[in-house]
Amino acid sequence: MNTEKNIKTLIVKKPLKLDCGKTIKDFPIAYETYGSLNSKKDNAILVFHALTGDQFVTGINPVTNKEGWWSYAVGPDKAIDTNKYFVICSNVIGGCMGSYGPSHKDPDQKIFGTNFPVITINDMVNAQYNLLDHFGIDKLFSITGGSMGGMQVLQFISNFPHKSKTVIPIATTSSHSAQNIAFNELGRQAITADSNWKDGNYTSNDTNPGKGLAVARMAAHITYLSKKGLQEKFGRKLQEREDLKFGFDADFQIESYLRYQGSVFVDRFDANSYLYITRAMDYFDLAKQFKGNLSEAFINTKAKFFIISFTSDWLYPTQENKDIVIALNSIGADVGFVEIESDKGHDSFLLDVPDFLSALKNFLDKSYEEN
Amino acid sequence: MKNEFQVIADLIEKDKKVLDVGCADGTLMKFLKDNKNINIRGLEISKEKVQECIAKGLTVIEGNAEKDLKQFPDKSFDYVVLSQTLQAFLNPELVLDELLRVGKKAIVTIPNFGYWKVRFHLLLRGTMPITKTLPDEWYNTPNLHMCTIKDFFHFVKSKDIKIFKSLALNNLNSSIINESNLGVKNMFADLGIFLIEK
Repeated sequence: MNTEKNIKTLIVKKPLKLDCGKTIKDFPIAYETYGSLNSKKDNAILVFHALTGDQFVTGINPVTNKEGWWSYAVGPDKAIDTNKYFVICSNVIGGCMGSYGPSHKDPDQKIFGTNFPVITINDMVNAQYNLLDHFGIDKLFSITGGSMGGMQVLQFISNFPHKSKTVIPIATTSSHSAQNIAFNELGRQAITADSNWKDGNYTSNDTNPGKGLAVARMAAHITYLSKKGLQEKFGRKLQEREDLKFGFDADFQIESYLRYQGSVFVDRFDANSYLYITRAMDYFDLAKQFKGNLSEAFINTKAKFFIISFTSDWLYPTQENKDIVIALNSIGADVGFVEIESDKGHDSFLLDVPDFLSALKNFLDKSYEEN
Repeated sequence: MKNEFQVIADLIEKDKKVLDVGCADGTLMKFLKDNKNINIRGLEISKEKVQECIAKGLTVIEGNAEKDLKQFPDKSFDYVVLSQTLQAFLNPELVLDELLRVGKKAIVTIPNFGYWKVRFHLLLRGTMPITKTLPDEWYNTPNLHMCTIKDFFHFVKSKDIKIFKSLALNNLNSSIINESNLGVKNMFADLGIFLIEK
């Protein structure tokens, strides 16, 4: 899975104490960059990826040979214009695209599997912070990301309040809801119920809990779309057949679509990483880190916030994004907010949604002009 | 920029922190930001208008004044501006209280239903008045609680709200309103502008 070629890696020598109590050091962070850092080093944007993303934000991902996950938003002349900005993205720790994760080997040369320490969103951003030193960047122009990427954005500016001028959390939450924990647990149960999972030691047996991981992906994929979007795209349309077959093959297009989504996901993602990253999302509760007062998380920053949600996103609904706006307003922070009209559900931030892309572009470009 | 905004801008000193409630496309915000170095925020209900503000580089929050003002702490702005919108709220009294809680001072403008053209329209034609400041038909107007300059003047007094300045606007002319000329101003101004504090 980890095709070493084409993956740029920073080895972090400095020990990092994780929230679970363990300390890691000399660990790799895999990253990618787009555009170029200017001489003043004031045009860098750190992008954080979501649950199943990776450092290959745009263009062709050299490992999967597919388009990068945020190709609609990032690239020359796009919302995050790489002619203008230097975009950095790294694979989260716990991930499976080169950064330190459960498919790596422990000091005894045994694959970690579930012996890899449980990581948190806080651990992820603390690890990624090392990239600023690596590039000699004192202050980022912006940090942004959607979904779990947005959680990292919030955690990053809380941990490093003076390290970014602008902050753009998208379709996210400051505290993972019971419903979202429930969906993640469903995915984890699907993986661990696969007999090939073998308590996480599947790689040593050269087998893979692909069926469980595919089911996890299928279930999660439904949560990324809206009912209306699904109905309009698939309705009750049949899959390459004239009529129902009275069996359990994929009669409906939506079934076939989900099966396909599951099968391609298994080719690019590690089941143990899925367990670790979903766990990190579930543990995320920024307000809890500040005795229940979310505003305290942002009390030390002068950064300019812009928060974006989508009308049809029921996974990270507008209200959860607005809660972040409210926390910021209550301390007089500089915060803008817009809810974008879209039928594309939570996935809207990854797709061609013109109102979203133009808002993102205008906010960035106007803020950069004021720099 | 319309004359109303010029008058509002003249009421605000440089370098202040201002919230524009119902900021529309951000024309006033942009003027205050560029010309008076105002730390300006907007609250706007229309998604399209919010996008226009973002395109101007303005900090705006999509929201509804009747629900979303409560998130701002007491006296967190030097001025809160509400231009020609008070009459469109379900509960204008509540919004007014919120403006005066959030802002150290508030600037509220109202289209005057006591303007002579409005009175004559109703008197002579017998149909709901349509004027420059009241352009909509009765069936599609957003206005729910029309009032006159006199109504508003008495209303704020009855609530123990302090009026710092009240101005009558008619086309390009603005003039001071006081107790003694209230009747005349209520007849000849199509817009009232009030600088108030509680």
